[in-house]
Amino acid sequence: MAILETKDLSIQFGGLKAVDHLNLTIEKGQLYGLIGPNGAGKTTVFNMLTGVYQPTGGTIHLDGICINGKNPVEINKLGIARTFQNIRLFGKMSVIDNVKVGFGNSIKCSLFESFFHVGRYKKNEKEVTAKALELLKVFDLDGEANTLASNLPYGKQRKLEIARAMATNPKLLLLDEPAAGMNPHETAELMQTIRFVRDNFDMTVLLIEHDMKLVGGICEQVTVLNFGQELAKGETSEVLNDPRVITAYIGEDE
Amino acid sequence: MRKCEVTGVKKLTLSATAKDRYTTYGLVVLIAVAVQLFVSYGNASNSFKGLLVPTCVYVLAALSLNLVVGVSGELSLGQAGFMCIGAYVGATFSVITAESIASDAVRFTIAILLGGIVAGVFGFLIGIPVLRLRGDYLAIVTLAFGEIIKSVCGNLYLSADKNGLFVALDVKAKSAHAFDAATKVDYVNGALGINGIPRTSNIRVNEWAFVICMAVILIAVIVMLNFIDSKQGRAVMAARDNRIAAEAMGVNVTRSKMTAFVMSAFFAGVAGVLYAHNYNVLDTSNFDYNQSILILVFVVLGGMTKMRSVMISTIILYVLPEALRGLNKWRMLIYAIVLIAMMLINNSVAIKKLVEKIQAKFAKGAENKEGGAA
Amino acid sequence: MSSFFSYLISGISLGSIYALIALGYTMVYGIAKMLNFAHGDVIMIGGYIAWLVFSSLGLPVWLAIICAVIVCVILGVVIEKIAYKPLRTATPLAVLITAIGVSYLLQNTALLTFGPASKTFTSVVPDSLGISIGGIDITGETIVTIVVTVLIMVGLTLFVNYTKSGKAMRAVSEDRGAAQLMGINVNRTISLTFAIGSALAAVAGILLCSTYPQIGPYTGAMPGIKAFTAAVFGGIGSIPGAMIGGIVLGIIENLSKAYISSQLSDAIVFAVLIVVLLVKPTGLLGKKINEKV
Repeated sequence: MAILETKDLSIQFGGLKAVDHLNLTIEKGQLYGLIGPNGAGKTTVFNMLTGVYQPTGGTIHLDGICINGKNPVEINKLGIARTFQNIRLFGKMSVIDNVKVGFGNSIKCSLFESFFHVGRYKKNEKEVTAKALELLKVFDLDGEANTLASNLPYGKQRKLEIARAMATNPKLLLLDEPAAGMNPHETAELMQTIRFVRDNFDMTVLLIEHDMKLVGGICEQVTVLNFGQELAKGETSEVLNDPRVITAYIGEDE
Repeated sequence: MRKCEVTGVKKLTLSATAKDRYTTYGLVVLIAVAVQLFVSYGNASNSFKGLLVPTCVYVLAALSLNLVVGVSGELSLGQAGFMCIGAYVGATFSVITAESIASDAVRFTIAILLGGIVAGVFGFLIGIPVLRLRGDYLAIVTLAFGEIIKSVCGNLYLSADKNGLFVALDVKAKSAHAFDAATKVDYVNGALGINGIPRTSNIRVNEWAFVICMAVILIAVIVMLNFIDSKQGRAVMAARDNRIAAEAMGVNVTRSKMTAFVMSAFFAGVAGVLYAHNYNVLDTSNFDYNQSILILVFVVLGGMTKMRSVMISTIILYVLPEALRGLNKWRMLIYAIVLIAMMLINNSVAIKKLVEKIQAKFAKGAENKEGGAA
Repeated sequence: MSSFFSYLISGISLGSIYALIALGYTMVYGIAKMLNFAHGDVIMIGGYIAWLVFSSLGLPVWLAIICAVIVCVILGVVIEKIAYKPLRTATPLAVLITAIGVSYLLQNTALLTFGPASKTFTSVVPDSLGISIGGIDITGETIVTIVVTVLIMVGLTLFVNYTKSGKAMRAVSEDRGAAQLMGINVNRTISLTFAIGSALAAVAGILLCSTYPQIGPYTGAMPGIKAFTAAVFGGIGSIPGAMIGGIVLGIIENLSKAYISSQLSDAIVFAVLIVVLLVKPTGLLGKKINEKV
C-alpha cells in the first residue's frame, strides 16, 4: 500500500485555486520530488499535508488513515514531519535541544518527575541525549550540539531542521527546498545525506526543490505542478525531459 | 536549608546545563548565608532588615513572571493579581486557623501551599481564555484580569458566626445580614482588607524570616530550572521560539503555554503569601497594575533568559530606590531616568555599534557566549 | 427613566474623553507598532499646563488650551525622538519598558514641580452652558466634551482619509517598508502621529479635569489604562474602533456605577473587554493577522 495517497486534493483561497485536483501516490521508501515554477502551489501542498491548511476538496491518506481535518500536532504524531522553506528553528535553544524537542512525544515523563528530576526522568534524559547526538552525527552537527541554533551558519541550519524533523520518527519526511541557498558542494553533500537517511532510517521522503541537479540526482519519481495543477508525473529522467515541463520552467520559444 | 548547602559539591561530572544550574543554586545559598550572617552578627540597620522579606517576595514574583515572559515568551501584565490571590488566601487561612493550628511552621507551610494552589487554579481558569489570544491582546487581558482580581478582593467581605461563613461583594449585603453578634468574627473587610494577621504567623517577627523566604526561593528555582531542562520545558521554549514549527514537531502549544502559565501563577501566589505574612494588615493597594509592571521591569532588565540574572536584577532594582532614599523625592525621578537610559543603551542600534567597536578594540576573540536557560 | 438618560449622557461624555485618549494609543500603535504607556501621563501634563495658565495665573481660557496643546505636542514629539526612535528595531518589550520609564519620568517630574497634593481645577466651561431637557440636567462640561469630541473625530477622519499627510500615515501603518520605498518620510510621519496624539491628549486632559475638577501627578494613569482598554476593545490600530471603544466603555462604566456597584465598575469594564476579545480576538474592528508558513 502507498504510504501517502492524495485524491483530488484541492484548496481555494477566495477565487484562487492554489492547488487543483492533485493526485499523489508515494510508495514506502520512495524518494519523491515535487517540482514546479515559483507560485505553483508546492508549499501549499505541504501545508495541507501537515494540517496547517485544511483542503477545500479531496482526501489525504497516510498509510491508509485519512488525515483530513486533523491538526498539525495530530498529523505529526501519525507520522509526517517537515522542514520549512523559510527556516523555522527554535533559535534561542541549543542545537541539541532543538532535536530533543522532536523526541518530546517519545519520552514518557510526568510533570512531577520533570519538576524534581526523579523517577523515569534521569534514564529518559540520558537516552534522549544519546539518540539526539547520534542523529546530529548523521548531519555532522554533533560538534555544535551546545551552540545556539540561531548562531549556526545557514547551510547547517537547514540540516538541523531535517535532523529535528527526523527526531519525531516520521514515516514520511517532507523537505521544503532543503538545498536552498547552498553552494554546489554543500548540495552534493546534502544529496548523500538524504539518501543515507532514507536507506538507514526506513523513511519515505517527499521533497520540494528548485535545484534540478538535486532532483535529477536523487528523486526516483517526480510530480510537476504548474498553477496548482499537475503538469506531468513519472520517472524523474522522463519527466525532466518532457517538453511541457521545460516550457513551464523556461517559457515558450518565440 | 542545611540540606541544600551540600548539593553544590555532590557530583563532579556534570553537563554544561547542570553546571549552570548548580551555579544558580549556589548563588541563592550564598546570598542566604551571607545576609543572614550579617543580620545575626553584623550591625545591620533596621531599614536593611525591613527590606529583606520584601526583596525576597519580589525576587520570587519576578522569577514566576519570567516563566511566562522569558520561558514562554508571552507578555503578562497581571502578575500582581496572582500575588493578590495568594496573599488573600494565605492570610485568611492564617487568621482563621490562628488558634486551631498550634504550630506556626505547619500553619505557615499550609498557607504557602494553599495560597499557591488557589492562585494556580485561577491561573488555569484565566489561562483558558487568555492563552487563545496573542501578543498585545494577551497582555491587555492579563492586565484586565489583574485589575478584576484586585477589585473583587478589595470588595470582598468574609465573616463568620456560629451559623457558618458569610461571603459578600457588597457592604450593603453585609449590613443587611443578621449576624449572631456574640460569635461574629470578621476575616476580610472590603477595602480595609484583612486585619490582625496573627502575630505568631507574622514572619517578620521571626528572626529566620529571611532564611525561610530564601529556602522557598531555592525550592522554586530548583523546580523551575528542572522544568526548563525537561521535555515539557523544552516544549514551552520551542513554542516560544517558533509556534508553527513547534506544532509541526508535535508540540501541543496550548497545553505547554498553560503549564508555564499555571506554574507562574502558583509561584506568584506563594510570593503573595510571603508578602501578606510580613504585615499585620493586608489590603489590595499594593496589587494594582503598577505592581505588575514593576515586576515586569525586573524581569525584562534581568534579560529574561537566566534565572540568576532575573534575581540579581530584581535585587538591584528593588533595593536601588530604597538606597536612594537619602535623595528623598528625587529618587523615583532618578530611577526613571536610569531605566530609560538602560533600555536605550541595551537596545539602541547606534549605541550597540559604538559599544561593540570599543569592545573589539580591547578584547580580541571574545568568548562565545553560551545561552542556556539556567 | 430620566435618571437613566442622565447616566447615559454622562457616560457618553466620559466615553468621549476615553475615545480622545484612545485615539492617541491606537494611532501610535498603528504606525509605530508600540504601546505608548506614557500616553496617559501626557494627559496629566496637559491638565497641569491648563491649570497653571487658567486657574493659577488667571489668564484667558483660549490661551490655556493653546498652551496645553503646544506643550503636549512638543512633549510628545520630543519623547518619541529621544526615547522611542532609537528603539525602532528593538523588541516590542524593550520599547514597552522604555515607555514605562517615560511614564515614571513624567509622573515624578510633575510630582517634583507641583507637589504630591491634588490641585483644584477650575472648569474651563462656564456654568451658564448647562441646560435642562425634559427634567434631565446636562452640565456644560458634558455638552462641551461631546461636541468637541465629535468635531475632533470628524476632523481626524477627514484628515486621515483625504490629506496627503493622512494618507502617508495610513500607508506607514499598513507597511512601513513599502511606504518608505514609495518616498514617504517615515520619521516625519511618526512624529506627526505623536504630535496629533499628544494634542488630543491635551484636549482630553482639559476636558477630564473640567469634569472631575482635580489634577494630581497620577491623574492620567487610570484614564490612560481605561483608554488603552478602549483602544484594544475597538481593535487596536483602528481609528473608528478607538472612537466606538471609548464611548462604549464610558457608557458601561457609568451605568454599572449607577446600577450595579460603584466599587466594582472597573472590574465590570475589564470583564466586558475580556468577553469582547474572546468573541472577537482582535477587538471590534481589528484586522485579523495571518502568519505565512
